[in-house]
Amino acid sequence: MALLQIKRDVCTGCGLCIQVCPFGALSLDSENIIVVNEACTGCGACVPECPVSALSLPEVEKKETVSTDEYSGVWVWVEQFDGRAASISWEMMGEGRKLADKRGTILTACVLGYEAEPIAKQAIAYGADRVFLIDDPTLKVYRTDPYARCLVELVKKYKPEIFLLGASTRGRDLAGAVATYLYTGLTADCTGLEIEEGSNLLLQIRPAFGGNIMATIKCPNHRPQMATVRHHVFEMPAPDESRQGQIIREKAVLLEEQIATKVLDLIVEKNEVNLADAKIIVSGGRGVKGPEGFTILRELADVLGGAVGASRAAVDAGWISYAHQVGQTGRTVRPDLYIACGISGAIQHQAGMRTSKIIVAINKDPEAPIFQIADYGIVGDLFTVVPALTRALKRRLNK
Amino acid sequence: MHAIVCIKQVPDTTEVKIDPERGTLIRDGVPSIINPFDTYAIEEALRLREKFGGKVTVITMGPPQAINALKEAVAMGADEAILLSDPAFAGADTWATAYTLSRAIRKIGDFDVIFCGRQAIDGDTGQTGPGIATQLQINQLTYVCKISSIDFEKKRIEVERLVEEGREVVQSALPCLITVVKDINQPRYPTILGIRRAQKAQIPTWTAKDLDVDPKLIGLDGSPTRVVKIATPPPRAGKCEIIQGESVEEQADLLAEKLIAEKIII
Repeated sequence: MALLQIKRDVCTGCGLCIQVCPFGALSLDSENIIVVNEACTGCGACVPECPVSALSLPEVEKKETVSTDEYSGVWVWVEQFDGRAASISWEMMGEGRKLADKRGTILTACVLGYEAEPIAKQAIAYGADRVFLIDDPTLKVYRTDPYARCLVELVKKYKPEIFLLGASTRGRDLAGAVATYLYTGLTADCTGLEIEEGSNLLLQIRPAFGGNIMATIKCPNHRPQMATVRHHVFEMPAPDESRQGQIIREKAVLLEEQIATKVLDLIVEKNEVNLADAKIIVSGGRGVKGPEGFTILRELADVLGGAVGASRAAVDAGWISYAHQVGQTGRTVRPDLYIACGISGAIQHQAGMRTSKIIVAINKDPEAPIFQIADYGIVGDLFTVVPALTRALKRRLNK
Repeated sequence: MHAIVCIKQVPDTTEVKIDPERGTLIRDGVPSIINPFDTYAIEEALRLREKFGGKVTVITMGPPQAINALKEAVAMGADEAILLSDPAFAGADTWATAYTLSRAIRKIGDFDVIFCGRQAIDGDTGQTGPGIATQLQINQLTYVCKISSIDFEKKRIEVERLVEEGREVVQSALPCLITVVKDINQPRYPTILGIRRAQKAQIPTWTAKDLDVDPKLIGLDGSPTRVVKIATPPPRAGKCEIIQGESVEEQADLLAEKLIAEKIII
């Protein structure tokens, strides 16, 4: 994280720093005071050169422990993209509400974006008592630096006890930066959150070793206790439009010229799958035997109005793209119906789909672990069973 | 061009089994490997070197045997490798790990890009990369699936990041830290020549004394988080009903009937 801080009232305009900057990022403005442009990498070469100590870099805080009593309240970061909140954020609001009630404290949503007030109002409907809204053009699209700096300043000012973020690509990107700045604990990808009796600490439960074990993690002496939470693990709460809450507006920390990254475009592939939102998923594994095998899975998915998923084995073999991968290192899904075809059901795969409402397993091997977590199973060759199921469903659904 | 790659030696989690009676991990006989995502990071750094010249340095923090992961990276083609190993580093969580690695990187000196894998397959956190970038106060580009352009003169990079909605095209300043996903390349295998070179390679070990670290911020002492319990995942409720029938058609029809009765198919 780059970003030189300049005390404008201290700078004498001597220009010594200009010569030492390896990136040509410094110059004098019309008032003969140093300004920094986006070429600044935060290398710090200029800081000791300044005779009047007008230059500094934001320090990563190094405190041994904090006085934990000063921290209270549960916070949720509400992720938005293109003016819409991510569903994972509302799942966390539901869970955050329970934690806040248990601690007898309030639930706060942090909404960062541009023209994002509708999202702030939604956050109240989903359970927030208070919303911090930072509405600024620099926050329209997610970027690590401006988002992280805003959250860091909010935490320093208002001192929450618990801070939850979604374990999406943005949430994980952001949480790692924020927790490092604050020197506090961060637990990734939690699937369970509880308050410990007596200590009132947050117990953060998460899979590790490829889903083989569940670890419970605490953050006893640092605050806030931060966690990212896996998508589709917690129930989506129902919004209540009549709920009342307070919206507090705060200012963005960085100016556009202080931000070294720019988002230029978003490339969306045609036929791009959105597994996370699919109600029905037909998934294939090693037993599908090749890219052609996915054709019959796709036909079944089409009849059901569902999406096609895959195990890591099928993706690693190059039969289908990574966007389809379900499991520990792929997407976590929670569809109403998950049909696993030719998937043995390794623990890594189960970690991504075990919370599906109904699981159907179609596999030649009656000993495959997938049958242990399935609701319905057919032991047989998927190349005959799947087309037969497609025909049967077509018939019964009159399609 | 100087690229630094941070790697981790991990147990091959696809080989890890659970002792069903004691509910503990059986790690005996489980091979230690380079975290698979990190091999893509090494490959991308090697490709930059082949295109622009320069040097690739690989570092890891771990027990003394983690040197084997570094040797494998040298066999793939890395120029230099450094092992960070000290009992004082043990028990580090992602915060203390990122702190220690960032101090080692400062000691190494100038660099243009730092590469990491998107996450390690044992911890699965994906937090160490962003932690290192924040400690070093450089920009981070996570989940990168393509480096579209890189200009070491103008200190500029353009990448594609794999996000939920598609691929995000991002421009940033160098130096920066990149975490890579599998789509970015196909890692090479070590060559015979490379393996020979790795056997002879001098790989220094840096301890806490060699680094400008605050002893209160490394290892378990420096770690804000504590693992307090390990358990096996709870079994999923529900018993599997195996659909029987005279023929595949009959089985399929029976299943279709049951699924429609569940009212989950419209």
